[in-house]
Amino acid sequence: MKRFRRHGQESHRDRIKQELYGFNKTVEHGFPHQPSALVFSPSLQLLAIGTRSGAIKLYGAPGVEFMGLHDENAAVTQVHFLPQQVDLVTLLDDNSLHMWTLRAHQGVSELLEIGRFTLTGPPGAPPSVTRVTAVLTHSSGDLLFLGTEGGHVFVVEVPGFRELEERNISLENVTNSLPEDYGGRRSLEHVESLQENPVNPRQVLIGYGRGMMVIWDLERQSAVKHIPATQQLESVWWTEDGGHVLSSHSDGSYCRWMVAGEGTQSEQEKSEVPYGHFPCKAISKIIQLPTEQGPPFLFLSGGMPRASYGDRHCISVIHSKTHVALDFTSRIIDFFVIRDGPDHTGDPSALVVLVEEELVVIDLQTEGWPVIQTPYLVPLHCSAITCSHHVSAIPLKLWERVLSAGALQNTHYSKKPWPITGGQNLSPDAPQRDLLLTGHEDGTVRFWDASGVCLYPMYKLSTAGVFLTDAEPNDNMNQGTEGEWPPFRKVGCFDPYSDDPRLGVQKIHLCKYSGYLTVAGTAGQILVLELNDEAAEQTVEATVADLLQGQEGFRWKGHTRLEVKEEPVMFPPGFQPFALVQCQPPAVVTALTLHSEWKLVTFGTSHGFGLYDYQQKNTVLVRCTLNPSDQLAMEGPLSRVKSIKKSLRQSFRRIRRSRVSLRKHHVNSAAKVQEANARLEAELAEMELAPVQRKIEARSSDDSFTGLVRTLYFADTFLSDSSHHTPSLWAGTNGGSVLAYQLRLPPVERRAEDPVSAHPAKEIQLMHRAPVVGIVVLDGHGSPLPEPLEVAHDLARSADMQGCHQLLVISEEQFKVFTLPKVSAKMKLKLTAIDGSRVRRVGVAWFGSSRSEDYGESGLTVLTNQGDLHVVSLPGVKLQVQYPCIRREDVSGIASCVFTKHGQGFYLISPSEFERFSLSARCVVEPRSLVEVPSQTPSTTLPRAQPDGPSVAHRNSTRATDDVEGSARRVMEHALLNDETTHDHPTARFIITNLTHGNCQSSLCVCGLTCSFLTAVLQEIQKSLEGYQP
Amino acid sequence: MNKNHRVPSNRTLGAVEVKSKFGAEFRRFSLDRSKPGRFDEFYRLLQHMHRIPNVDLLVGYADVHGDLLPINNDDNYRKAISVADPVLRLFLQRKEEADYSAFGLDSLTRPKKTVLAAMLLRPDANRKKPLVIISLPRDFRPVSSIIDVDILPETHRRVRLYKHGQEKPLGFYIRDGSSVRVTPQGLEKVPGIFISRMVPGGLAESTGLLAVNDEVLEVNGIEVQGKSLDQVTDMMIANSHNLIVTVKPANQRNNIVRSGGGGGAASGSSGHSSDSGTSFYGYSSPGTAVATTPAHIIQNFHPEELESDEDDEDLVIEVDGEAMPIPRTSSASCTIPFIPRYVPHLDLRTTNGALASHNRSGSLGTLSTADRGLEGRSLEEEGTVITL
Repeated sequence: MKRFRRHGQESHRDRIKQELYGFNKTVEHGFPHQPSALVFSPSLQLLAIGTRSGAIKLYGAPGVEFMGLHDENAAVTQVHFLPQQVDLVTLLDDNSLHMWTLRAHQGVSELLEIGRFTLTGPPGAPPSVTRVTAVLTHSSGDLLFLGTEGGHVFVVEVPGFRELEERNISLENVTNSLPEDYGGRRSLEHVESLQENPVNPRQVLIGYGRGMMVIWDLERQSAVKHIPATQQLESVWWTEDGGHVLSSHSDGSYCRWMVAGEGTQSEQEKSEVPYGHFPCKAISKIIQLPTEQGPPFLFLSGGMPRASYGDRHCISVIHSKTHVALDFTSRIIDFFVIRDGPDHTGDPSALVVLVEEELVVIDLQTEGWPVIQTPYLVPLHCSAITCSHHVSAIPLKLWERVLSAGALQNTHYSKKPWPITGGQNLSPDAPQRDLLLTGHEDGTVRFWDASGVCLYPMYKLSTAGVFLTDAEPNDNMNQGTEGEWPPFRKVGCFDPYSDDPRLGVQKIHLCKYSGYLTVAGTAGQILVLELNDEAAEQTVEATVADLLQGQEGFRWKGHTRLEVKEEPVMFPPGFQPFALVQCQPPAVVTALTLHSEWKLVTFGTSHGFGLYDYQQKNTVLVRCTLNPSDQLAMEGPLSRVKSIKKSLRQSFRRIRRSRVSLRKHHVNSAAKVQEANARLEAELAEMELAPVQRKIEARSSDDSFTGLVRTLYFADTFLSDSSHHTPSLWAGTNGGSVLAYQLRLPPVERRAEDPVSAHPAKEIQLMHRAPVVGIVVLDGHGSPLPEPLEVAHDLARSADMQGCHQLLVISEEQFKVFTLPKVSAKMKLKLTAIDGSRVRRVGVAWFGSSRSEDYGESGLTVLTNQGDLHVVSLPGVKLQVQYPCIRREDVSGIASCVFTKHGQGFYLISPSEFERFSLSARCVVEPRSLVEVPSQTPSTTLPRAQPDGPSVAHRNSTRATDDVEGSARRVMEHALLNDETTHDHPTARFIITNLTHGNCQSSLCVCGLTCSFLTAVLQEIQKSLEGYQP
Repeated sequence: MNKNHRVPSNRTLGAVEVKSKFGAEFRRFSLDRSKPGRFDEFYRLLQHMHRIPNVDLLVGYADVHGDLLPINNDDNYRKAISVADPVLRLFLQRKEEADYSAFGLDSLTRPKKTVLAAMLLRPDANRKKPLVIISLPRDFRPVSSIIDVDILPETHRRVRLYKHGQEKPLGFYIRDGSSVRVTPQGLEKVPGIFISRMVPGGLAESTGLLAVNDEVLEVNGIEVQGKSLDQVTDMMIANSHNLIVTVKPANQRNNIVRSGGGGGAASGSSGHSSDSGTSFYGYSSPGTAVATTPAHIIQNFHPEELESDEDDEDLVIEVDGEAMPIPRTSSASCTIPFIPRYVPHLDLRTTNGALASHNRSGSLGTLSTADRGLEGRSLEEEGTVITL
């Protein structure tokens, strides 16, 4: 009996768990790491980016995002949309072609791979024969032309990838058609470019590497014209009227050829080296677009003089008399131009450039060609992200003030709306306003609107202005002087080089109710800032907090304190610093908390912690947590525990800095470079030689960095007796101790005069000595205490002060609940002793039930060093769910994780991208968007079933969308079983990779189609499916 | 001092008369025999009675034989109460002084010669070794043990290392390696974790129960297969206060022959663990291997003490409710006279973590007075060698 009841309870609990928790990686924010290909579909108004890791990402209007990942771990080298369709073809560097489509399913489009294909040459042919170098998607929408390294052009029918051997254009055919005198019959080399005649789809231009271009008539299967360029070919552009061809070459020249006329040989109209005289680099891409009235736009990528500007990444835009060389921050991957008009054939309106680290969009219709701010693909890493902080449910007032402060910073952006508008964003409006704050290496804090699918930049705060640094502002922004040639103009914001690494932001805490912000950095600086809507000039006075407290025998070998500007500084509207604490020694700040109601800030480093009263601007408490035998902590900024990655980065920065300083100081910079290189090598050698063995030893009080303060917490609780609750401060150290202080605050009316005092109340040494990473006080109901001012703003139920409070101490190894005020252990959950994983990140979250609106539970969200996410219930500290999330090797990803208060989280999947995930079943932010097939769809070869037909095969369609492929296969099998008349030919090897059964629209993709009867087979299948429709 | 005025048989069943001596002062009070309470309460009571609230004490009592035995946990406290006949005579010492004296035998014995005549454990005639080799009873404590011999395959060994306080490093390293398993599909090479190095003088080395190239199979009952080296390291460290490692010894020649099977070479059936490192053992001639590395298992218990656990005091507080059965060896330790701060007491502290240090004072002063200062004497010298 008892067992049955127990079982019932457990299944009840399981059901509640299902309603509360669910793990999804929902959307990737930021800029894709290592993009490798770009394409734009004017008909869909969608932008597609391929990356070196095999991902393909589609973006349309803000919020319209799709992402796909190739199974092969190969770089995407080219992406092409099929004209007027929702399909696209990708070419990977393993020479495989992939067909993707946007399939509507339950009202939302999904990006699905529907087929793959690798070109097979004749037996015995070298691989270069079929190595694809150029792809042309023909405007008919069903033909692919694949130019190869061997110089052949293969024709393939899509979407089924059927090779049309009879239509291939072999190199021999082309060579034979050439005039006898051409280049002594030398090889034409690979196919560099394939272009369709914009006015005559029967003609295709084949550009060969050596320079020769041939216009081929597809119907007559013969060459129409030759364009005898003599330089290595880089790219070809066929002008819109079909009358001219522009070719760009590796010597930095471009030529214009007349192709409209009669005769088999084209005339060279013009040949120019735009940045001439001296040898130039190749012009890798050329585009010319006409305007309604007036001269055309010409876009050239590259072509800079090799010696003087060979390292610049430039795109030149030439329009009439205006000539600008846009100077980008990183290597140019590709670019395209968006055109006005209903059919997108009007004037060029925007230039979209994908460079290695950002996407830049230039408004070509506004004077001065300003940059349009991107709503997505924002380079999060324009300076490396050093920390992040998430604040949920921002009050509207603060939100608007931050937005308006941000708007004032963005005046140099174009006012034009975002020009890429494809798809419909169907995701519901964000239920609340969420802010994500990222701290950066250059001392800036960026505010992002993290409410929805788009991580939109709101405001940028720079803390560098408070300090004196070596760098003069804007010394590298060499704004082009008059008459400079080439006429450079810097665009883009990616700037990974920090002038002073001490400025790096390490901890952020924002109070969303009061608008107070505190930011702490690498050199022990803690700034308290206040939101001010007006610009203000003020002096920021520094208070030094000596964390050593007379501890002797230590020598700080790390960096010095930042110097503070003594004269008043003009701060723009926004967050303005009004108080500054500098820790001594100036070690990196490792913990920071602000209590806006009590007007206190507490901060910790590897040496101790302090409490600062920012109303009276004095230090209330300084406590040294150092173990006297811990020499390491004293010597420098965590020098021995820093990651190899970090040190490599620093080494590179040193090299770079010494290069930069070459101009200023000519002395011994070469020696510096050498030194940096030597250090780099030594570090690498050390990394390789480290033996893979681990010491098994209990932690002792003599371990290094036991005094490092890991967490700080303010609580109004019963610290010393059970009848009076008092403000208290809690600190947890790396050595597993918890220190509690009772705070005495003067009454509100005397807050400005009477001193705040702190008295030591309790110390707890955890026996297992693992670092304390979190401290939470639970109220009488077992819920975490509300945030300061939360109750005052009526946004939280006030804490239960009647029942017994409990103290939850989270160490890296276990969760432990103690009673208060008498600290005795009540419950615990062990993690490391059981499965060897350790807590890396922890947050308190509220999980709402997806089923009933008013049910919810508090819980701890935990990320372990194994990359697993756990939810631990409160106050019972029971493990609820566990999901693998991050690869355990991805140390920086794990370290970057930040949790929201509603069960979501973010972590960096690359230096420039946040993955957003959700542990909550209710609170999920994911892109939901629909892309419809353009209206003027040409007829396709594959018959398509009528959409929206009710379908018998729809039976199991209530399944989750991510299982479409599996269920589609099942439906297909079902269909096959019930139609025995057809298609069981033994050699018919076809793989149906997909079929959306939701609307019975099937698109069959078949691999290895070599038999001619397969088309018939497919039609039979199609028929059989349609047979299910009543 | 050993007055030993035995009170005649008018024992009051209800109360225990306590006579407590601290320095030159005596206190007398009584306790309810049926409800002795817990040791920590008793300890506070003593502090209160002597008005020495902040002094750390070593509590000892004279048993019926006139031996001075320690009271430092609930079990031996209860034992002391139960044997009091009816007077319980207590001797309190300052912990600091005792600690100090721990470094020399004489400094403690000299002022208290009469009592400490009793400290020589027991007047056991069957002890063959000369008395000088026997250390202070306080040094008798389990350091390691082989457990679960009856349920494990003979090729495996489950070793428990007791880490009391900080006196001695555990002292070993582990590494990645590969091990060969017998599977239905044939031999299969699987990754494994191996002991890679022993720290000379460390606990692991001095027990002799673990050796370089032993494959680690479990940590505190949890299999390590599929776990990374770092994970296993963290697991071991998290359990370091009471580490139970199941290993497959690289040297399989000294296994216990339980079922009358073959001799030392009978191990291959359950999969011989081998990798580049272990192969050394595999190929060395059996004769030398056996001769040079006898599988001596060093414990600090004498066989006869193992038998003495018929009294009900073997309720060792198991740390964190491990799945392991309570090892008999450690329960035996309770009957050994020992001075405070050893296993049971420490185990108590470990279970409650910080609580213990807190309960005692709630003040800052007592934070982490980690029990330390134990001599680095090699344990083999005093310990008895039991060859299984």
